[in-house]
Amino acid sequence: MIYFDKVSKWYNDKESIALEQVTFQVAPHEFVSIVGHSGAGKSTLLKMLIAEDRPSEGSVFYESLDIHRIPRGKLPKFRRKIGTVFQDFKLLPNKTAYENIAFAMEANGRDDSEIAENVPQALALVDLEDKAWNFPHQLSGGEKQRVAIARAIVNQPDIIIADEPTGNLDPIATYEVVQILKKINDLGTTVIMTTHNKGVIDELGRRVITMDSGRVVRDDATGKYVL
Amino acid sequence: MWVAFKRVVRSGVVGFWRSTFVSFASVFVMTIALFVIGAIMMIDQLLGASLAQIESKVDINVYFNINAAEADMQALQGRLEALPEVSEVVFTSREEALAAFRERHRGDELTIQALDELGENPLGASLSISAGDTSQYETIARFLDEQRVGESPQAPVIDRVNFVKNKEVIEKLASIIGVVERASITTMLILVAAAVLITFNTIRLAIYTSREEITVMRLVGASNTFIRGPFMLQGVLYGLVSGVVAIIIMYPILYWLGPGTETFFSFNIFHYFLANFVYVFSVIVGSGVALGLVSSAWAVSRYLRA
Repeated sequence: MIYFDKVSKWYNDKESIALEQVTFQVAPHEFVSIVGHSGAGKSTLLKMLIAEDRPSEGSVFYESLDIHRIPRGKLPKFRRKIGTVFQDFKLLPNKTAYENIAFAMEANGRDDSEIAENVPQALALVDLEDKAWNFPHQLSGGEKQRVAIARAIVNQPDIIIADEPTGNLDPIATYEVVQILKKINDLGTTVIMTTHNKGVIDELGRRVITMDSGRVVRDDATGKYVL
Repeated sequence: MWVAFKRVVRSGVVGFWRSTFVSFASVFVMTIALFVIGAIMMIDQLLGASLAQIESKVDINVYFNINAAEADMQALQGRLEALPEVSEVVFTSREEALAAFRERHRGDELTIQALDELGENPLGASLSISAGDTSQYETIARFLDEQRVGESPQAPVIDRVNFVKNKEVIEKLASIIGVVERASITTMLILVAAAVLITFNTIRLAIYTSREEITVMRLVGASNTFIRGPFMLQGVLYGLVSGVVAIIIMYPILYWLGPGTETFFSFNIFHYFLANFVYVFSVIVGSGVALGLVSSAWAVSRYLRA
């Protein structure tokens, strides 16, 4: 479903190398964790997937589509296939939880009846029905991340990309977020997640790709966190 | 399409309302900028009125000989009126000149007695010529010179033309008017440019605070038009509100200044404001809306480059 083909990324004429000859595949319905030290290239990898960053060499395919050959005008449409979750949540501060989720649907051009139906469902999935009308600053870190996940899934994307989704959360919120991601994966959505959290990886018992200095150094089907 | 438009409008209005401080700050700065533009419009009118008033006081007088024939004088008036440079020619007959003289020297017994002593009217008829523009008096004076050359030396129609005497004053005035006009245009251009730049910058800062939001919108797959729309609408709302506020501030100030300008420039600025309200309103609110729209579209596009 996703195919990284010898992807390299460097800045300033190869002075600093972020990715080097990265090649791997992700099959549909997989739950893949990418681990590695800070600066190992995890986030760069995810940015390539949503065309936020371009490889210096090699290509990234989504099914048969070369992501970096998509014309700029068609990028929004492509990005709607991928739900994104970030360490810093990236919610719109002037919109309530409900409106944040609804915004993703409005941007997709969904009609109002669909929005009225799907947003409460997404909120229910992350167990936040009672906080629908709170603004982000009125929510805890774990709640914000759950809103972000609800926003990521509301358009029923094929893939969820989560960049350190538990990085700013306490252990209980971390557990909740991982459980929700697992549930989403069980419902059929591919999940690609980067993390630093050993506990999360060991608890998941799913595929783990380990990166070091821009290279894939380990790829285990039911991996443990080894560094 | 309609749904997208509705969403853009709702999102823009809600954004304007919820980001209270940013909206307030932007409206405040834009109000000042638009007020400056309004003030410039008013000052321009005052300046124009005072210059016109000064210009209207400049004229060339042609004094006819006492014995000049009515027909000759009328012919000259006709020829002058046919000149494109001439805006007005006023004829003062001998009787009118005498009446004006008596009026002017009323109470001055000595002069009136001397006049009565004379027994006959010593004053000739005259023409007072106004030009459309101060710089054209030279041409008119030259025309009058040519007229005098053609006259018979025994019985000249024209006694004297006072241009030579007034020439220096007129030329000085013309150059002063030119300098004042150029200076005021330069000042106005600078002030308008400052107002425009300040507005641009304010809106750019307002949108700078939203740059994270713009990134997020892009990440959830919003198209550029869908992202830009609400911001542009907010820019329009800033302009609209600021324009109306600026007009509301101008009203009492002009009301207060009106009588003063009436005495000083014989031009009541408040009456001008009321009489041209629709024009002033559209210029101020219109430039606010246009500025808001253009600067927000421009500012957002900086964060939309994928």
